[in-house]
Amino acid sequence: MKPYRRPISPLWWTKKTSYTLFVLRELTSVFIWAFLLFYLVQLSHLAQGTDEYLAFRDQRASFGWLLFHIVALIAAVYHTVTFFNVSPQAIVVRMGEEKVPPAFIVGPQYAAWLLTSVAIAWIVLR
Amino acid sequence: MAERTITLEVFRYRPDSEQEPTFQSYTVPYREDWVVLDALNYLKDETDGSLSFRWSCRMGVCGSCGMMVNGTPRLSCSAFLKEYYPGPVRVEPLANFPVERDLIVGIDDFMNKLKSVKPWIVRDKEQPVSEGEYRQSPAQLATFKQYSMCINCMLCYAACPVYGLQPDFVGPAAIALAHRYNLDSRDQGQSLRKEVVFSHEAVWECTFVGECSVVCPKDVDPAGAIQQEKALGALDLVKSVLMPWGSR
Ligand code: SF4
Ligand code: FES
Repeated sequence: MKPYRRPISPLWWTKKTSYTLFVLRELTSVFIWAFLLFYLVQLSHLAQGTDEYLAFRDQRASFGWLLFHIVALIAAVYHTVTFFNVSPQAIVVRMGEEKVPPAFIVGPQYAAWLLTSVAIAWIVLR
Repeated sequence: MAERTITLEVFRYRPDSEQEPTFQSYTVPYREDWVVLDALNYLKDETDGSLSFRWSCRMGVCGSCGMMVNGTPRLSCSAFLKEYYPGPVRVEPLANFPVERDLIVGIDDFMNKLKSVKPWIVRDKEQPVSEGEYRQSPAQLATFKQYSMCINCMLCYAACPVYGLQPDFVGPAAIALAHRYNLDSRDQGQSLRKEVVFSHEAVWECTFVGECSVVCPKDVDPAGAIQQEKALGALDLVKSVLMPWGSR
């Protein structure tokens, strides 16, 4: 008598919200990768001098590129938030018999994020 | 007042007479204090004695009554009908496992995986009984207690899409149990377990979907255990690159 193996639909990730959110989280890395690629190209143009860089920048001043950056930013924020939020499962700090509460693991990461963002904003905008 | 009822759509597979599974609808009395397992036992007693499923303790301890209830892995002895009223309630065997008959799945793969991580206390050398027990402080116990609550119900495997797609994945409960023994101050078996636990089929196959921990009825948090073992695995890798000759 043969055990029955149920097939798995290629659309398995649409069957549950948590699976869909997971696949979206994985997908964000594509945009982060694409943005980093763009960033490297941008840097290489910058290395060739101001004129070259400004020409490159002006060529990219279209709605399509703006949209790409907005989507990449949303993806990066989603990735970061979901990453921070699950980190207490991976990082366990103990004090005697007690576990340090998750907020103490997540909090400092958000604080560091905020501080870094403020510092970068200050350097760029000053 | 007419007695209230609820419909159960039960997955049936009779390998002796059919090639493919089917769903069969049954109507059972609805009782506020009934769990899905009570309804199945009612069916087996009153309607259809051929319906097959596993159970034992009826109190969320033995881990044998796991089923998919409306698509989510649950202990059928803890899934109350009232959570699903007015129904229908779809009852299927645990996902990702081969079905032997009706709601019964084959567990050989899981048993072999469990064994592969040596989920017992390993000592380099057993200390003679005359030297007394291995003592442990409450703080040392607290490091692994959570992971020792596992009842081997396999709900986590049914929730894990990675296990569904890559059946060689060692999986949540087995890695969580390896972690439980690795954290135990009395254990010295970490180096024996690492060949399995740090392998591609174990921690590195996990993409942290996290559903195993959501469905776990005992708050074991296998997903957390896997990430913690991943960190140890990464450290081990770095060490082996930096000090290939180092003491292991
Ligand atoms: S880790 Fe939780 S869900 Fe998985 S087998 Fe153990 S008790 Fe069941
Ligand atoms: S019958 Fe034992 S856990 Fe449900």
